[in-house]
Amino acid sequence: MTDTMSHPSTPNANAVNGTAALLETRKLSVDFGGLHALDGLDFEVREGEIVSVIGPNGAGKTTLFNAITATIELSSGDILFEGASMMGLDPNKVTARGIARTFQNVRLFANMTVLENVMVSQHCRTRQHAFGALFYTPAFRREEAEIRERAEKILSFFGNRLVGYRFDQPAFTLSYANRRRLEIARAMATEPKLILLDEPVAGMNPVESAELTKLVGRLRDEWGFAIVVIEHHMDVVREVSDRVVVLDHGTKIAEGEYEEVSNDPQVIEAYLGHGNEPS
Amino acid sequence: MTDSNSPEVAASEPGPDLTPGGTPDTPGTPGVADLAEAGETDETLLSPPRPVFAQNWKRILSMGAVGVGAQIFLALSNMPLRLDDRLLIKPILSLGYVSLLFVPFIAGNRVGHQIQREGIPMHAAGLHEIFGGVICGVIAGGGVSLLSVLLVNFDLREPLVNWSPMLAELLAFGNSTAFAVFIWLLLGGLAGAAGGAMRLVNPKARRVVVTMVLTVGFISVLESLVMDLAEGLRFEWLTERVYARRGGLNWNWALILAAFSGLVAMLTRGRVRQAREHIASLEGASRARTNFGLIILTGAILVILPLFLGKFTNELLANVGLFVLLALGLNVVVGLAGILDLGYVAFFAVGSYSAAVLTAATSPRINPEMPWLVALIFVVVITGLVGLFIGAPVIRMRGDYLAIVTLGFGEIIRLLFLSDWLADTFGGSQGITMIPGAGIFGLGSVSGTEPRNVFYLVLAFCALAIYISWRLERSRLGRAWMAVREDETVAEAMGINTVNVKLMAFVVGAILGSFSGAIFSAKVGSVFPNSFLILVSIVILVVVIFGGMGSIPGVIAGSAVLIGVLGGPRQPGLLSEFSEYKLLIYGALLIWMMLARPEGLIPSVRRSRELHQQEIAQDSWLREQLDEEAESTAGNDQPARATA
Ligand SMILES: Nc1ncnc2c1ncn2[C@@H]1O[C@H](COP(=O)(O)OP(=O)(O)O)[C@@H](O)[C@H]1O
Ligand SMILES: [Mg+2]
Repeated sequence: MTDTMSHPSTPNANAVNGTAALLETRKLSVDFGGLHALDGLDFEVREGEIVSVIGPNGAGKTTLFNAITATIELSSGDILFEGASMMGLDPNKVTARGIARTFQNVRLFANMTVLENVMVSQHCRTRQHAFGALFYTPAFRREEAEIRERAEKILSFFGNRLVGYRFDQPAFTLSYANRRRLEIARAMATEPKLILLDEPVAGMNPVESAELTKLVGRLRDEWGFAIVVIEHHMDVVREVSDRVVVLDHGTKIAEGEYEEVSNDPQVIEAYLGHGNEPS
Repeated sequence: MTDSNSPEVAASEPGPDLTPGGTPDTPGTPGVADLAEAGETDETLLSPPRPVFAQNWKRILSMGAVGVGAQIFLALSNMPLRLDDRLLIKPILSLGYVSLLFVPFIAGNRVGHQIQREGIPMHAAGLHEIFGGVICGVIAGGGVSLLSVLLVNFDLREPLVNWSPMLAELLAFGNSTAFAVFIWLLLGGLAGAAGGAMRLVNPKARRVVVTMVLTVGFISVLESLVMDLAEGLRFEWLTERVYARRGGLNWNWALILAAFSGLVAMLTRGRVRQAREHIASLEGASRARTNFGLIILTGAILVILPLFLGKFTNELLANVGLFVLLALGLNVVVGLAGILDLGYVAFFAVGSYSAAVLTAATSPRINPEMPWLVALIFVVVITGLVGLFIGAPVIRMRGDYLAIVTLGFGEIIRLLFLSDWLADTFGGSQGITMIPGAGIFGLGSVSGTEPRNVFYLVLAFCALAIYISWRLERSRLGRAWMAVREDETVAEAMGINTVNVKLMAFVVGAILGSFSGAIFSAKVGSVFPNSFLILVSIVILVVVIFGGMGSIPGVIAGSAVLIGVLGGPRQPGLLSEFSEYKLLIYGALLIWMMLARPEGLIPSVRRSRELHQQEIAQDSWLREQLDEEAESTAGNDQPARATA
């Protein structure tokens, strides 16, 4: 968006292709008691880029997402989005700025319908308040229709998985794979610039996982989102990523294209050292 | 039970459950052969009845012991003596005896209860259940026998104030102690047998029996209401015959009513349910039209009915209406936004006091003597601001902390009105008296002396409150409330400003509460701090929970049952005899409700969905399979059962 605001001293600019950094973390640290879950992490995402974050369990990947979305407090460091600091923002303001996420352990609004889940996630992009609702103003009706239409459009992105009779089914009735899809739909509904996907294919079978992998590509190509995806399945990582970032013990141990990173001795060591072969 | 009609489930047993938090699926479906065998029974798989003497003696003993405890407790709480005056069916049954006899009945019924396990067929009910019920009832009845013996031989009046010869006499039906011992064993056994027998009759017959019992029960219990109606509608000639002069149904009329209602139940068998299901299945425009028609009909009845009712019943209706109004307000806070507010009475109090100060000439310091309708505008603004001030610090907390803090604020508001510090504005413990009635556009004044007008005023505001909750629930704000109720953290991550949204619920709730406050002060004509005890908050909350959180019809039904029949914190209900035991019954009802029907009397669609989520999950899983087949891939895409 704003090339002028992008910071001149971008670290680790090994994937420079002319676009500005959309998201940038600087010396990001998060401590839980004595545990350094993130330890001085520099991380960046450019516009229209798909970045995979990999690393053994407990490496701090989810913590990175939590820090970016302000669900946990930073111990030190700074996070810039489109060149402006996000320090001290509430989670809902971060979403309003244009960052949406999914959760590793799917967290839908279980008793709301599929459609309502997507409609409610457009909250920060819509205006109408109690007044419009009470007097049923034309503006209110127009906005309601728009919200619904947009929700249906987003859900139709997933083929016939979440449409038709599914619109009005409560989310808890969905299959596991559909719940993950609905979480992505909900993230899309916040009209973000950047989507953070936390293990989107975990628990899916190979067919579903391949389908979702394609979807991640289409999310970027058709909707123009930049995407960060935490993933354990290396075939998925190879397929989707422009760039791979490897975390271990809260620090970045490698970064680059998939081929580069997967042959990095330090990365192999990190996985083997934990007895945790990537599958 | 879904298993019995979906053998496919067993045929294509899915892979391991991959859902975190989901319970592993263990259908253990019976084979197809079993299904064919049990082909005659339409819904339920049944195995043969258990042998009569193969009882679960431990269960019978423990149930019986609970019965003994319950009966002795009820007897010593003086309920039978107090309620003995209230004849239900003359001359055989008084409410006093019912209050004891229902215990062995329920114990006898519960002892035959079978835990339903998926895939394991239930035993058909038979003599086993009756025998178990009898034993259990005899044990429970033995509690009263024991008490009768103790009553005449010991004097424990010191700690137990209701330990009296009168009680002994009541329990012995005026005869000897030996008679009491015998008759209670017998009555307990009979009641227990009846309870056990309820398990035998098939659902259709049970429905007829239940209709008969309920009809007779309601007509006898609601005697004062029926009499009042009879006076207005001029059918006293009938009620004079039906009811005995000093209360209670005449026994022959009880029989006639039972027979009549049984007949009606048999003739209309299932019609009502069919009609309801038909309405539920309507879609779109015709659904809206039916709903609209029903609303108009209900409204018309509510407008016309009071014209035929006397003071007593109109007063009752007005009280119920006030609580409906309060409960609707709390329902926005608790039911829609999921904020557990235990200090809701604060807004009722602020509404009442501000209306009193603005309208009463006798208000100590400020007395602008506004007309009621003008004052109402200020009342709404003031209460809304108070809601904002209380809400702003409180709303950031979650769950239990929030509940405790709201409880505190509710009490603080009352103590402020009571305090000497503000006594020269609010009159301290003297309160504010001689508040004029509410003048409505020259249509006359609405005050406590004309309960019918009060009812109409309350009705108008209930309609307004219903409209407000209904519209807000189906708006962007209402969806945000739902999301916050479901998962606050995620709601915030989805871009909802949870603090603002919750504050909004708090303020809307406060404003709805202020309506009833303003009406209350005009109706009663005076306000005192002790009209606004914590108890009021609790009662309103119980009404909402009992009726069904988040459900407007539920909240109305809850108020009608609890406030109308049992009575409010200070308002008498139809069963004024119960007023002493009101809180005991509230508590018992609440516990029973939580165990048996946690979603409330008339649950909101969302909550009844939760109730059926297992079946839906099964269903959707089957559909999923069909989807999956299209891709000719075995899916481990199995339904996760959301834990409620
Ligand atoms: N809220 C928390 N409180 C304390 N420790 C936490 C918390 N969240 C994560 N951790 C710890 O931080 C480390 C990184 O966790 P996480 O980011 O979830 O790892 P992963 O890379 O597997 O997603 C782990 O050791 C975890 O136990
Ligand atoms: Mg993780």
